[in-house]
Amino acid sequence: MALLVVFLPLFAAAVAGFFGRAIGDRGAQLVTCGALVVSAVLGWLVFFDILRHDAPQIVPIVTWIAAGGVDVQWSLRLDSLSGVMIVVVTTVSAMVHIYSIGYMAHDRSIPRFMAYLSLFTFFMLMLASANDFVQMFFGWEGVGLASYLLIGFWYDRPSANAAAIKAFVVNRIGDFGFALGIFATFVIFGTLDFSSVFAKAPGAVGTTMNFLHWQVPSLTLACILLFIGAMGKSAQLGLHTWLPDAMEGPTPVSALIHAATMVTAGVYMVARLSPMFEYAPTALAVVGVIGGTTAMFAASIGMAQNDIKRVIAYSTCSQLGYMFFAAGVSAYGAAMFHLFTHAFFKALLFLAAGSVIHAMASEQDMRRMGGLWKKIPYTYVLMWIGSLSLAGIPFFAGYYSKDTILMASWASGSAVGRYSYCLGTFTAFLTAFYSWRLIIMTFHGEPRADHETMHHVHESPWVMLLPLFVLAAGAVFAGYFAEEYFVGADRGAFWKHAIVVLPAHDSIAAAEHVSALILYLPLVAALAGIALAYLCYMIRPEIPAAMALRFRSIYLFLYNKWYFDELYDRLFVHTAFVLGDGLWKTGDGAIIDGLGPDGISAATRELAREASRLQTGYVYHYAFAMLIGVVALVTWYLLPR
Amino acid sequence: MILQTVMFYLFAAVAVASGVMVVSARNPVHSVLFLILAFFNAAGLFVLMGAEFLAMILVIVYVGAVAVLFLFVVMMLDIDFAALRSGFLRYLPVGALVGFVLLAELILVFGSWALAPEVAGLKGAPLPTGGVAISNTRALGNLLYTRYIFAFEAAGVILFVAMIGAIVLTLRRRADVRRQSIAEQLARTRAQSVEVVKVPVGSPVRGGGVAAPGE
Amino acid sequence: MHIGLAHFLTVAAILFTLGIFGIFLNRKNVIIIMMSIELMLLAVNINFVAFSVILQDLAGQVFAMFVLTVAAAEAAIGLAILVVYFRNRGTIQVEDIHMMKG
Repeated sequence: MALLVVFLPLFAAAVAGFFGRAIGDRGAQLVTCGALVVSAVLGWLVFFDILRHDAPQIVPIVTWIAAGGVDVQWSLRLDSLSGVMIVVVTTVSAMVHIYSIGYMAHDRSIPRFMAYLSLFTFFMLMLASANDFVQMFFGWEGVGLASYLLIGFWYDRPSANAAAIKAFVVNRIGDFGFALGIFATFVIFGTLDFSSVFAKAPGAVGTTMNFLHWQVPSLTLACILLFIGAMGKSAQLGLHTWLPDAMEGPTPVSALIHAATMVTAGVYMVARLSPMFEYAPTALAVVGVIGGTTAMFAASIGMAQNDIKRVIAYSTCSQLGYMFFAAGVSAYGAAMFHLFTHAFFKALLFLAAGSVIHAMASEQDMRRMGGLWKKIPYTYVLMWIGSLSLAGIPFFAGYYSKDTILMASWASGSAVGRYSYCLGTFTAFLTAFYSWRLIIMTFHGEPRADHETMHHVHESPWVMLLPLFVLAAGAVFAGYFAEEYFVGADRGAFWKHAIVVLPAHDSIAAAEHVSALILYLPLVAALAGIALAYLCYMIRPEIPAAMALRFRSIYLFLYNKWYFDELYDRLFVHTAFVLGDGLWKTGDGAIIDGLGPDGISAATRELAREASRLQTGYVYHYAFAMLIGVVALVTWYLLPR
Repeated sequence: MILQTVMFYLFAAVAVASGVMVVSARNPVHSVLFLILAFFNAAGLFVLMGAEFLAMILVIVYVGAVAVLFLFVVMMLDIDFAALRSGFLRYLPVGALVGFVLLAELILVFGSWALAPEVAGLKGAPLPTGGVAISNTRALGNLLYTRYIFAFEAAGVILFVAMIGAIVLTLRRRADVRRQSIAEQLARTRAQSVEVVKVPVGSPVRGGGVAAPGE
Repeated sequence: MHIGLAHFLTVAAILFTLGIFGIFLNRKNVIIIMMSIELMLLAVNINFVAFSVILQDLAGQVFAMFVLTVAAAEAAIGLAILVVYFRNRGTIQVEDIHMMKG
């Protein structure tokens, strides 16, 4: 049954992709949505089945590589961790598929879109259920490919093409780190199978390996390299530049890939490899620092953006930071919990934003929205639900997961943990602020769009609203019901051996004993953020403009994304172009072509031209040449041997 | 003996001097005449060596035929007196150097010529020893018509071919002279010579009369 | 001084070299080239006869006769070609004959 869950989306993708023209738009939509819904239902069944088992189930498929010391199998690993991912991926993907029927109804290439979505789902499921580093890498690369295809879905837009390439290239850098991490793992353990590696992990503590002529602790090195892969896929600080530009893709894509599933692959990977990370505290510290910094960094940029999707994208980046710094203090359960709840409310936010964009006839700039809440009430309420969950208001899903993360960070006692807590709390303030900024700018105030557009504002069709309701239900209730299992008292029985936490690192257990101040500070910060947003945008709307003018350089710094794109452009892109240009014109053109075909042909021509000058046409020249030859010959024979 | 030495040097000197003049005379007719002189002196050298037949042949054939032919052609072609062109001097150093190198080598070789002892047994056509002394002519005749008959006949064929070749190359037919071709005349058929024209009563005959050959 | 082989050979060598000079040092006309060739052949003949006398071998003189024959034939053909060329080109200046220029 697990095989069906994983391979149904692939089958649907193949049918819609290859026979799209034959079965038509409707047919493609039916095939893919049907397959995904079935897959989702089966996924839940598999999940409950997994909970009944103690040890992870391995479902073998076929041998992939059996050469030398490398033995790689295609197989599915079913334990709590992969079960959670399967449920999340299939459910959100099914909702997005149904939503896309409505959102992409007027698009030219519907079958292609549905095929790509299903293909992505397949790859993500392969990644989540991998029992082997190489299979995980296969899924990793596959989701990168699907992301590229979907971001550049409207390929006649140059900005979309550029964004797709940017996403792929930046991901590639991360993938390079991942690949190096896999190699390091193989060197350390001699195997790439998860079960074997996890069993041997404690034995590798204290060993060192050679890395560029330094002796470094092996596990730390492998884990850091693997984390670089996670950084690329999950858009952490440094490799984050692709995520905002990925908003060029259609909104369902943003919801599925860049909110709920693909970007969480990095978090999943760290959680899956917890048996390794636990024994590499330095690597965990690195994870924590980067996660915390990313959270604050992304939220600060989100405050100054005007595109509705970009605000939500930076919000995603920020929340991923939360998940990582949770992993950094060994609170993997909390990280997965936040992944779980975040999938629901972030997808909800994106799809609701898509609803707004749909209503505003593809307008995405918030400065041209406003005064919509009476016209699209459902969307308005759904947006509120999502934002409340995001901000961590009690009883909504986000509250449980976010709070656990912050408590665990503080309770871990380490410098990294405390640092993450401070940044995380500040970020909660920023998160609430920009979320309500978004709501107020979009739905309240005087309409800033033109009369024609406002006249056409209408609520989305039911095919688009229904998935939103499902996701909203998750955003509200998922936290309350799942808390016990993910991070509560039953977490041991829930996770069993999928997540390994060394007793000394168990920050979630320690989180129960934090002081009240620490406990309530994030909530206070969130409420303060909401209040500030109301103040700046509802009550005294002239404040933001005034602040932007007073602190112009800070504002520009935030608006321009901390100038990361410009920095990378100067450092890497420009260099790459210069190098490429040089290699092309000089290296290839002048040197290789010059010394090779072109050069040789030109030299031959020159040589022939020079040689033909001997043929003057005058007989006496020829006779002279003969004479010289004869004299040379005679001289040669006269020379004493 | 002294006579031979003097004659040798005389003949040799004049031959060399004529050679120089052949190459450098301005008037091409003078060149030919100096060539004739060179031939004569070479014939003299041959007589000194004892090959009198060859000497006479040289005079008869070379001077009498070849040199006269040269003279004919030189006079037939419209040749200008050519002044020494400037390019001559450009070539002179290199050419002279190469030539003198060759000359030096040749003289080096010839001056120190030593005949190997086995040479005596390698003679192609040894002089008849013993018996009555015969003239050079007779000795050559004995050889030519017996041992070297094939080469002799071949030489004749070569001359024949050369003659035909020269005629073929230079023969011109004049366009305004009518010739007879007997074979053509004899091979004429009735169809070529007579044509019957049906003439209606009362109308004139167009182009009647005798047709010129070829019409 | 006894006139030996070397003397004759030297004379022949000088005549040969003169013939060679005539070929490529002349700027006048092609007939000079032909005459230089005849000079070279003459030198070769002298060589043959000299050796024939020294070695007491008549083959040398026989060969010299054939050389003579061939020289005559070649002079005839060469001059015929020259005449035809002159008819077509109108000149036998050496410097004007370079149609084989490659």
